[in-house]
Amino acid sequence: MSGMSKIVKTITNVAIPFILIYGIYVIAHGHLTPGGGFQGGAVVASGLVMIMVAYGSVWTMEKIKEKNLSMLESLGAFCFILLAFLGLVFGSVFFNNYLVGSNSLFGTVPAAGSGLADISTAGIIPLMNFAVGLKVIAGLFAIVLVMAYAITKKEAKE
Amino acid sequence: MNALDFIIANSPIFAVAIPLLGAFLTPIFGRINDKLRNIFAITIMIITTSIVFILAYDVITNGIRTYIFGAQDLTLPVVRILFEVDAMSSFMAIISVVLALVALIYSWAFMKENTGLDKYYTLLLLMTAGMLGMELTGDMFNFFVFLEITSISSAALVAFWINKGKSVEAGFKYIVISTIGALFVLFSVALFYGQYNALNMAIIAHSIQFSFLDKIALVLLIGALAMKAGIVPLHMWLPDAYSKAPSSITLILVGVTQASLYGLLRVCFTIYGKMITLSSISIGWILVLFGIVTILLGVIMAIAQSDLKRLIAFAAVGEIGYMILGIGTGLVTMSPDISAAGLTALKGGIFHIMNDALDVGLMFLVAGAIFYATRETSLDRLGGLARNMKYTTVFFIIGLLAVSGLPPMNGFASKLLIYESTYQLNPILAIIAILSSILLLAIFVKVLHSAFLGPALPRFNEVKEVPKSMLFAMAIIAGMIIIFGIFPDIVVNNIVEPAANALVDNAGYISKIMSLAGGA
Amino acid sequence: MIFNFPFIAVAALIIVGLYAVVFRKNLIKMIIGITIIESGVNLFLITLGYREGSIAPIYTSSPGGIMSLPVPQALTLTSIVIGVAVLALMLSLVIHIYRHYNTLDVRKIGGGEE
Repeated sequence: MSGMSKIVKTITNVAIPFILIYGIYVIAHGHLTPGGGFQGGAVVASGLVMIMVAYGSVWTMEKIKEKNLSMLESLGAFCFILLAFLGLVFGSVFFNNYLVGSNSLFGTVPAAGSGLADISTAGIIPLMNFAVGLKVIAGLFAIVLVMAYAITKKEAKE
Repeated sequence: MNALDFIIANSPIFAVAIPLLGAFLTPIFGRINDKLRNIFAITIMIITTSIVFILAYDVITNGIRTYIFGAQDLTLPVVRILFEVDAMSSFMAIISVVLALVALIYSWAFMKENTGLDKYYTLLLLMTAGMLGMELTGDMFNFFVFLEITSISSAALVAFWINKGKSVEAGFKYIVISTIGALFVLFSVALFYGQYNALNMAIIAHSIQFSFLDKIALVLLIGALAMKAGIVPLHMWLPDAYSKAPSSITLILVGVTQASLYGLLRVCFTIYGKMITLSSISIGWILVLFGIVTILLGVIMAIAQSDLKRLIAFAAVGEIGYMILGIGTGLVTMSPDISAAGLTALKGGIFHIMNDALDVGLMFLVAGAIFYATRETSLDRLGGLARNMKYTTVFFIIGLLAVSGLPPMNGFASKLLIYESTYQLNPILAIIAILSSILLLAIFVKVLHSAFLGPALPRFNEVKEVPKSMLFAMAIIAGMIIIFGIFPDIVVNNIVEPAANALVDNAGYISKIMSLAGGA
Repeated sequence: MIFNFPFIAVAALIIVGLYAVVFRKNLIKMIIGITIIESGVNLFLITLGYREGSIAPIYTSSPGGIMSLPVPQALTLTSIVIGVAVLALMLSLVIHIYRHYNTLDVRKIGGGEE
């Protein structure tokens, strides 16, 4: 599909940083508020689809090759499985939450019950949220991009 | 503890996580080199096969093995995901992983001229992980998730040849029916959770009362899983999906069908185990009835087909009927107590699961070899191939003898057990089963004559034998068929009998989880 | 009686979805029917976790009181993700079918055996 007018492109340029920051906020705070990997990834993917609609799928496909999206998706999935295997190495069971209670990045344990909690809690769950978010962004955007690009090629063939 | 104990203790999760890890790494290897990717995929599959064999050996000698995710021990109420492997699960896992390994070796040469092979190998490893997860898990919602993983990746592989319209349409039909079935399974899981606040199979089996909602859940589960297993009258998707897929994928689809059959058995025998003895006569007779109808329909529809793979697919539907007939007979003759005749029927049905996978799998591989060499699938246009493709003809004759249940192949051993036990139940059933086997023999001899024997057609003069990797894959299966046929006692006493005992012993299944949970 | 309303909605959604899958001849309408069935089953999962007078199960700055069950919400999330993946696969297959047969009518495609 071809792009839209200059007004739409300008508004997209203004709105895109807010959408991306909101999406990454939802991914990062998945262990405190509603959200997490899939939800935040869907928000960011919607923002990227907005770019694709405004600028045209042909332009977007030239800037972002489909191979790179495939590599990002595999990277996100591989990080997820790697974190699960590291639970086997550092803890002793698969998927073990080995960062809770230690003094490293996501290690503090909050007080039980309702109250405020800071972001560096809950062990490997935020790291897994980031891995799943990366995979969902790359996956959903690749699906919409390839479908739109395929329709372009069909119109050009006729 | 040394390395071997470490592997044995973690083997249920290695069997599922290592194909998953391999599936996610395959596109990265595919960017570098094609051959490296193939070798990587086969290495991952060989590692998985050896882990599954180690797990099966450990379960058969030491009893049920459980694995808890994320913690060392378990407290009531059970909120963690558990893998629980008993002898029946490891039996099905052996079948699935052997089929996947043979299909991967076969695909090396069969799919070489296709593009997009990165995704093919990724989806194949993902399907293996899904199948093994479905068979090793002890948690109902986990079963639903792995069922969906398997059906999505197998539907994408069925529609792999997108340049032909029929493959895509067969894949679409398969995914629509699979998704509706899986949504009904999720509905039943929600019914269980709402009543008993538990998702673990053993906890549900421990606390089930046969209320009205449980009856609804049983009907939905049996309907959805029978739809995935290809039991008549819910078999409509099976001939299309089996015949339009690439032949190596058809081999794994046989494994997927049998994993769904395993899910059906697990639901009927373990979750409803306490109630099954009260009403087992009616459920057993329903299974026997469905088995007979499936055998008859599969064999009768196979007579009229002219497309080779569709004919073999209908024969596969008939073979599923034999499995259900054996298991249903076991259920009927086993109430009110476990008698020897019922156990024999159950052993026959379970042994037939393994034999059917090998026999029908070999026939599909031969059909794929014919397609690779001649680009033809219709029997009307084939003929006289035995001159050029000697090894393929020999493998076809071995598969023909095995499917019809003639000695010395393994089909004879399992079908003899089924004939003996159904004769004690009702002689007419045994006569129908024997006549159907003879009809299958006639059908496949007709195929042999029209495809391989007969005068040499001039356009097949340059047809060569298929490449060595495909011959090697077919030889593995043919070797297993002959060995299981000559020495059936080794398999039946060591692998099938613990599986049959584990299937009816739901008290042991439940008590293992309860003892882990420390009470009640 | 008012608390049975979500369950009636679940039954209505599933029946409408099954009607669309079975009786409609357009491929896209069949896919929409499957999405409606999936919405019904997800609604059923969430409704099972509701306790009377409860608040959302989040601990951060919560006002206190009974919380509804969080486990069905996690199950529903997984089901939604699976639904998205199945929907993407089905739509890709429909694009290929349209490119090959040039029609979306389910009676006209699949001219073949049986």
